Amino acid sequence: MATATQSQVVEPANIGWEQRKRKLLPYGYLSPTLLLLATLTVVPIVTVFLYSLFDNVIVNPNPPEFVGLENYIKALSHRKFRAALSNTMYFATASVVAHFVIGLSFALLLNSRLLAANVKALFRVIYILPWVFTASIIAILWRLLLNPHGVVNFVLLEVGLVPELLEWLSDRDLAIHAVTFINIWSGYPFYLVSFLAGLQGIPDDLYEAGHVDGANSWQLFRFITLPQLRPIIISLALLDFIWTLHQFTLVWMTTGGGSNSEVLSTYTYKAAFSSYEFSEASTLAMVILAMCTFFGIFYVRSQRMTDE
Amino acid sequence: MIGSRRQILVRKTLLWIALILGACFAGLPVLWMVSSSFKSNLKIFAYPPALIDESFSFEAYQAVLGDPGQLRFFFNSYLVAILVTICTVVTSIMAGYAFSRYDFRFKKILNLVIIGVQSVPPITLMIPYFGLIVWLKIYNTYTALVLTYMVFTLSYAIIMMTGYFNTLPRDLDEAVMIDGGGSFVTLWRILVPISLPGIVAVGVYTFMLAWNEFLFALTLTRTNDMRTVPIGIHLLMGQHSFEWNQMLALSVLGSLPVLILFLLFQRYFIAGMSAGSVKG
Repeated sequence: MATATQSQVVEPANIGWEQRKRKLLPYGYLSPTLLLLATLTVVPIVTVFLYSLFDNVIVNPNPPEFVGLENYIKALSHRKFRAALSNTMYFATASVVAHFVIGLSFALLLNSRLLAANVKALFRVIYILPWVFTASIIAILWRLLLNPHGVVNFVLLEVGLVPELLEWLSDRDLAIHAVTFINIWSGYPFYLVSFLAGLQGIPDDLYEAGHVDGANSWQLFRFITLPQLRPIIISLALLDFIWTLHQFTLVWMTTGGGSNSEVLSTYTYKAAFSSYEFSEASTLAMVILAMCTFFGIFYVRSQRMTDE
Repeated sequence: MIGSRRQILVRKTLLWIALILGACFAGLPVLWMVSSSFKSNLKIFAYPPALIDESFSFEAYQAVLGDPGQLRFFFNSYLVAILVTICTVVTSIMAGYAFSRYDFRFKKILNLVIIGVQSVPPITLMIPYFGLIVWLKIYNTYTALVLTYMVFTLSYAIIMMTGYFNTLPRDLDEAVMIDGGGSFVTLWRILVPISLPGIVAVGVYTFMLAWNEFLFALTLTRTNDMRTVPIGIHLLMGQHSFEWNQMLALSVLGSLPVLILFLLFQRYFIAGMSAGSVKG
């Protein structure tokens, strides 16, 4: 190891100092990171946790009062919380599944041997396009397209798929599906890029061996491609699920959480910055953190497995 | 296994149909946004809709580029994104070096924490954050935005840098150390220059994240002269009675930097992703 090689060349008298320096050096290199994470991640999380245990926090004339887990019981049993939770789970699950299917399909298309390199390069750029837009731009873009007088309604009406002009983003039955669709559109390129990298890493001899054994293309996909991509699929799906659980901007700027499309993050934001119920909002924030941490643990484990 | 010419032709045709359908799904919405940005505001929802109509002009772009207030959004976005990128790259190189080349007591735990930070929801930090930033006396400053964005860019950057350094042979830095170079020299003179592809990948990704951030840019800035492009677009939605063509022109202009970066560096980027966090 590096430690052994290094101490051999150090003068005997300096060994103590050199060893101590070597022990402290990594912390030195890590100090900016640790300082930043301590002040801007650990401190806020601890604070928000404390807020969630008290009543009357932040803007309130009354002094804060310790109420234990009462905020949690109140928040979790609220009808609106349940609605937001079920919307969030639908939003996240549907997004992850669709991201995976679309991302993998496009990656396989782009990986086909029947296409010339420049064709692949062109389509790769087109397919990744939704990724370069930030959430607020994606929101504008789809508000333009899904406007009742917009082009989507026009096409659907002409083809005869819908009977009338639909209010995609303000209809109580449609809004959450429309937002989910928008999120699917904007998020699949992350999978596509990772799958493209992953597919390039699969050795050709595996497929050649498969051919020799007489496997057809479906079997090659099922028994070589999918298992080889498995580690990428697991980390991507977990990370994406976590990110979608706390997706805020897209929902906020398309429906604002109205029309039955409230998700946990918009519900929390409203509790804090519209109703100034900071105890309730902190409690909700802790609930979201707990959910994300739960899936985060699996993500961290999947990462460590790929590291080893 | 190769099959007849006919079979290949059928497969090729199907492949092209799928390719084009996919391109419509990904590209048509974008094409519509770009074409609408050249229409007059009255024609945005004209019936029947046309990709390009007689109102085609650069008016909306002139309006955006001629407005010092909106140009300021771009200046702010560039400044913040570039500062975040520089700080993130330097910090993650140092942290990645420590994780890749040293063994120390809390290495495992710290590594887990840094991976775990990726799953911390911004909305959870949001509520106490405002008070904290005011207390640090950096409310409505570039410093607040730069430091905050680093919380969300660093963990990914460190994972990518550590992964990249791990692919470089240790003999290399040991040789330099034996020649009397310290660890600092080894890092900056030897490892950094040969890690350029990884560093570029980290930088491009960081720039994209910083350029696109919305929630904190909205909450941590108060005055319009501190606001970034995504917030500028949000403000346009509220202010004028929906100047669609201007919002779209601002959106197109606001997406160009990321698009150009991506086009220039996509190879590095895809390579960086496979060497970094999501590796197979």
